[in-house]
Amino acid sequence: MISKNIQLDEQGRLKHFLSIEGFKRQHLISILDAAEPFANVHEQAVKKVPLLRGKTIVNLFFEASTRTRTTFELAAKRLSADVLNININTSATSKGESLLDMLHNLEAMHCDMFIVRHNQSGAAHLIAQHVSPHISVINAGDGCHSHPSQAMLDMFTIRRHKKEFANLIVIIVGDILHSRVARSQIHALNTLGVSEVRVVAPKTLIPTQIETLGVHVYHDMQSALIGADVIIMLRLQKERMQGALLPSEDEYYHQYGLTEQKLAYAKPDAIVMHPGPINRGVEIASSIADGPQSVILEQVTNGIAIRMAVMSQTLGRSLNIKPPKQITAIAEESH
Amino acid sequence: MPDITQLTSVLSLNKPTISIINGRVIDPKNHLDQDLDIHIQHGKIIALGAAPANFQADQIIDAKAQIVCPGLIDLRFRLREPGYETKGTIASETRAAVAGGVTSLCCPPDTNPIIDNAAIVKLIRLKAETEGVAKIYTLSALTQQLQGEKLSEMRELKDAGCVGTTNALHPVKNTLVMRRALEYASSHDITVFIQAFDPWLSGGCAHEGAVSTRLGLAGIPVSAETIAIARDLQLIELSGVKAHFCQLSSAKAVQLIQQAQEDGLPVSADVTAHHLHLTEMDIADFNSDCHVIPPLRTQRDQEALRQGLVSGVISNIVSDHQPHGSDAKLAPFAETEAGISSVETLLSLALKMVDEQAMSLSDVIATLTSKPAKILNLPEGTLSIGSDADVCIFDPNAYWLVDRDKLLSQGKNTPFHSWELKGEVTHTLKSGEVVFSKAKE
Repeated sequence: MISKNIQLDEQGRLKHFLSIEGFKRQHLISILDAAEPFANVHEQAVKKVPLLRGKTIVNLFFEASTRTRTTFELAAKRLSADVLNININTSATSKGESLLDMLHNLEAMHCDMFIVRHNQSGAAHLIAQHVSPHISVINAGDGCHSHPSQAMLDMFTIRRHKKEFANLIVIIVGDILHSRVARSQIHALNTLGVSEVRVVAPKTLIPTQIETLGVHVYHDMQSALIGADVIIMLRLQKERMQGALLPSEDEYYHQYGLTEQKLAYAKPDAIVMHPGPINRGVEIASSIADGPQSVILEQVTNGIAIRMAVMSQTLGRSLNIKPPKQITAIAEESH
Repeated sequence: MPDITQLTSVLSLNKPTISIINGRVIDPKNHLDQDLDIHIQHGKIIALGAAPANFQADQIIDAKAQIVCPGLIDLRFRLREPGYETKGTIASETRAAVAGGVTSLCCPPDTNPIIDNAAIVKLIRLKAETEGVAKIYTLSALTQQLQGEKLSEMRELKDAGCVGTTNALHPVKNTLVMRRALEYASSHDITVFIQAFDPWLSGGCAHEGAVSTRLGLAGIPVSAETIAIARDLQLIELSGVKAHFCQLSSAKAVQLIQQAQEDGLPVSADVTAHHLHLTEMDIADFNSDCHVIPPLRTQRDQEALRQGLVSGVISNIVSDHQPHGSDAKLAPFAETEAGISSVETLLSLALKMVDEQAMSLSDVIATLTSKPAKILNLPEGTLSIGSDADVCIFDPNAYWLVDRDKLLSQGKNTPFHSWELKGEVTHTLKSGEVVFSKAKE
């Protein structure tokens, strides 16, 4: 369906990072591999590497975020780039300046990369289609569509615990309908070749024909948990709850909240993930969030490494630095 | 409106005499498809075949290897004037219309001000005469200010020239109000045009299905359309009103209309040219030129719409012309404005049904001429002797490349940019005047 993958340049190198869809397995593996050395940068006395010295990166956030914006900022700074944070109230832009006008103004300030979060699906694609050719765009979450760096940090975390993707059963629980994280995870998991992806929620929170993305749909959490290696709990985004999607938080917790009792149905070595921020007692019990199977805080740490990898791969293109071997290999693959 | 009628008849005396020669004349209303010459005087068709004695043509149009058919009638066309002149004007959009072979167009009441009083109708008709180059017909608002609460003065609006009534894109939520509006319209023999969608299920911006799920766009399910049609069919039966459903988008909607027709209800329906050629797949990746209401649905739906046209359940093809300024489409998909600047591609897209669906040329032309004329109860849409000389001449075998920058419409919003289409309009005559000629370019 994608006529031309605008995420890659003519040499097949990463130009924008907008959605997981459109990438082949070796692309994703190369990002995961590139993140490995960065995962240890914070342990060094000097946490910085000079890869993006002299580059200006703009965090363009049209929607509130603490975690994502901060990890992007830290990642950029550890790569020695200059970072500009711009938080824009969307209601303010809709009154006057259009999204693209604002963008062109920023371009005029000679920035090299936009990291964009927006409450509308397709916003990052729109920006990528209209920026000058030398600028890279990274999608930090657009509406209900995509949040590719979150999905990649989740894959990175899974790989650190599970080594192989091939035999994994992964379940994603919660508000799939509104979740860009779930959509990106589903694409990433299937591209990396896991055994099965299950999504779990009442029908009100499952989008139509989600099966076409390659998942099995469950409405009963216990049966979905059986045999699970990875359990991904989604945040129940209260601010997005419009109309009669759920009867109450209590009922939701009883049916779909992750409790000790429910967790027992999964494999004993199953890991528990959550993109954060977590609602304790709404989608997950505190004892699990803080328990031995939880890798939630690791996800945050890994987020910095993944974002460093993505930034250096996109902006690194235009620098005269030698690209890592994996990336060269991709460029030479013909299919 | 005696003033405007007088003005028109006085002007027509000065019109040149014209002969259109060597063309293949297709006039579905008269079951005519043969090589004939057409002769025009005082804005009327006065002879087919041999010229009358003493006839001297001021102008001769050689239509060799071309089709000569009645000027097209477009049932849904937004002029944007009055109220939204930055998107289009009566002057600009009627010029786009005649470039597409359309000589009569029907404008819904959602202008600003809304067409719910006779003064607005008069204003539009006057502007059409003085600034436009196509005939403009108007639909009145079904309810005051389209608010779905109080009935409009639809009889007075009919007397002022409105050819039907509609609540346009504002569904009447209150079933009782809808019932009364239909009953009142029926009392005065006014056709009601219904754009069927359930207001509560229509909050999205794309067909609810695999593509909307993938792109994370809020969906509009098929049931948004079928629930509204099902309700209104019951009220149509109750009131006996003549109703026309606008822009069907789904297979199930076609089924419902077919059933109603078989049951003997006085209902008809249309489809847009773009719903015949595009599907939900075309909105990937977030192509806002494909943001339309009702949304583009699945290939199955597209196929059913085509079949509905072939079988006659759907009587005509409309452009649903909606020009926009360039910034209207430059936003994240859901925030862009819906609609296509579509009149200039209408005929070519309709003609694709000849090659792709084995419809006859005459049947396709009927969907754009005699059939809409019947729905609007207009004398146009034919080349009968004595009728207004509204004529479209096109080369059925000429290919042309759609270039958004070359559209005459002020709106450049078309998903058909860079499509190569077959069938090119060469001349358009309105009331015996050449209002468009390809050679002029």
